[in-house]
Amino acid sequence: MALTVIHKMTLAELQRKFTAGDVTATEIVRTYFLRVAHVEPKVNAYLTQCKDAAVAQAERLDQSLKGWRKTTPLMAMPLAVKDNICTEGVRTTCASRMLETFVPPYDATVVAKLRAQNYLLLGKTNLDEFAMGSSTENSAFGASRNPWNIQTVPGGSSGGSAAAVAADECVAALGSDTGGSIRQPAAFCGVVGLKPTYGRVSRYGLVAFASSLDQIGPITKDVTDAAILLGAIAGHDPRDSTSANVPVPDYLKALKRKDLKRLKVGVPAEYFADGLDPEVEQAVRTAIEGLRELGADIREIKLPTTDAAVATYYVIATAEASSNLARYDGVKFGLRAGDSKDLLEMYLKTRAEGFGPEVKRRIMLGTYVLSAGYYDAYYGKAQAVRTLIRREFEAAFETVDLIVTPVTPTTAFKFGEKAQDPLQMYLSDIYTISANLAGLPAISLPCGFSQAGMPIGLQLIGRPFEEETLLRGAHAYEQATNWRLKKPLVR
Amino acid sequence: MEITKQEVEKVAKLARLALSEAETTAFSKQLNQIVAYVQKLKTFSTEDVEPTSTVLGQTNVFRPDQVQASLSSEQALGNAPDAEAQCFRVPKIIQES
Repeated sequence: MALTVIHKMTLAELQRKFTAGDVTATEIVRTYFLRVAHVEPKVNAYLTQCKDAAVAQAERLDQSLKGWRKTTPLMAMPLAVKDNICTEGVRTTCASRMLETFVPPYDATVVAKLRAQNYLLLGKTNLDEFAMGSSTENSAFGASRNPWNIQTVPGGSSGGSAAAVAADECVAALGSDTGGSIRQPAAFCGVVGLKPTYGRVSRYGLVAFASSLDQIGPITKDVTDAAILLGAIAGHDPRDSTSANVPVPDYLKALKRKDLKRLKVGVPAEYFADGLDPEVEQAVRTAIEGLRELGADIREIKLPTTDAAVATYYVIATAEASSNLARYDGVKFGLRAGDSKDLLEMYLKTRAEGFGPEVKRRIMLGTYVLSAGYYDAYYGKAQAVRTLIRREFEAAFETVDLIVTPVTPTTAFKFGEKAQDPLQMYLSDIYTISANLAGLPAISLPCGFSQAGMPIGLQLIGRPFEEETLLRGAHAYEQATNWRLKKPLVR
Repeated sequence: MEITKQEVEKVAKLARLALSEAETTAFSKQLNQIVAYVQKLKTFSTEDVEPTSTVLGQTNVFRPDQVQASLSSEQALGNAPDAEAQCFRVPKIIQES
């Protein structure tokens, strides 16, 4: 077959071609690295490319398959993994000077699951340092660029993964989402991003940012691929005590129904308030009409505590981060600053040299809100407001099956536009944060383009562990529209 | 409530971060902005509301106390900035008086 089309296929299409023997693992990996070499100077999605290892692995697979094609679903599928997810023997930097040379001695559970299926790791993707940011501008190794317009950010923190999928530099990727870090870049780059229910996917081997919010999930070319990849990584893991012991359904089965009859979908007025770009609002409202035409019962709902979400998040997430990042002390792994006269000076200098400005800012804020005299006023208060936000969603889900909202207030912004104003950057997470605070699954998928040709995302939020409903709704909408067929022209 | 430069310095010490003069000035301005924004939490009534620390409603998760395979000391020390004789080596902790 013509190798030039391999990188344009979805995961499901490539699986079929490979299983049928129409394409070899070696052809897949070589085609992808040609594509990566071609567009990477523009996009800068990868921090580390694993070409030699992927080619060797592909050759081994092709050898072992001669005359006998019993494959696992992800065998020879060329994936990228966000560089805050540990890969045994492959540098995992978190886009930080602190971990520039860190080579994990073990795989994250999600990576071990992919490895057991003989996937191909193409490389590790760029992110905001320690997943803190919304643009990849906080990467210590340079920002990634949006394939739709390289003057704009790809979003973040999983910006490298979203850009790599959008630019056909991998067939699908893993990201992580603490306050929108899968969904916001997926929206900015015109691809699909799914944040699973908290506890659905093991966090073992995910470098911790905010442990009560972090969740790993897929970034893919379409909803079917998200269902495939979620099925591959979901499930209970004894190594993550916060992973839930809930059976993993066959997510592809959820895609069989093409209509949304008897599905109740809520539209929260609070998500269409001030600050929402009119083009984004128009696209999302049109998409909601599309859901109605597919048979969904659209209802207005109220989520008044939405206004507190950003404030709640930036107290809880920074508090947890300040504690989690205490481990970077220059002793066991990572950077150590030289020439310290004693241990305290080594800590102070190592952390000053190893962390970038945003990470320091969040450690400072987190330390402040946890410090004596402020704990109750900030951290305790935020935890209580988090309960209000959860209860509000619980109440809403008594009357609706899904909630539909925008993903972001605007389309992808330009480099530098918000980099000098941390609070403005934080406020761009306003529509995605609540799902993390409440632990709910949420998906972002394309629902249109701005006049300037930039992608716009639609968010669906579901009940805990009801990713199937989320996927069903997203798939029906996707199949009734043609947004996924439009591709960025990266040359 | 103003976060002074002295307070920023105190927090930086707690966080084990050596800040430059410029960072201290910038952070004190930015932390004030962010903390001012966070004040809006006060407008939400949370009397008798339980705090959320985890959404899963879990308590402790236990496993049997059995010996399992683990990293070798060579692997565990593999990323250490300084190691010797199966130990992490650090600068002097206790000073001679």
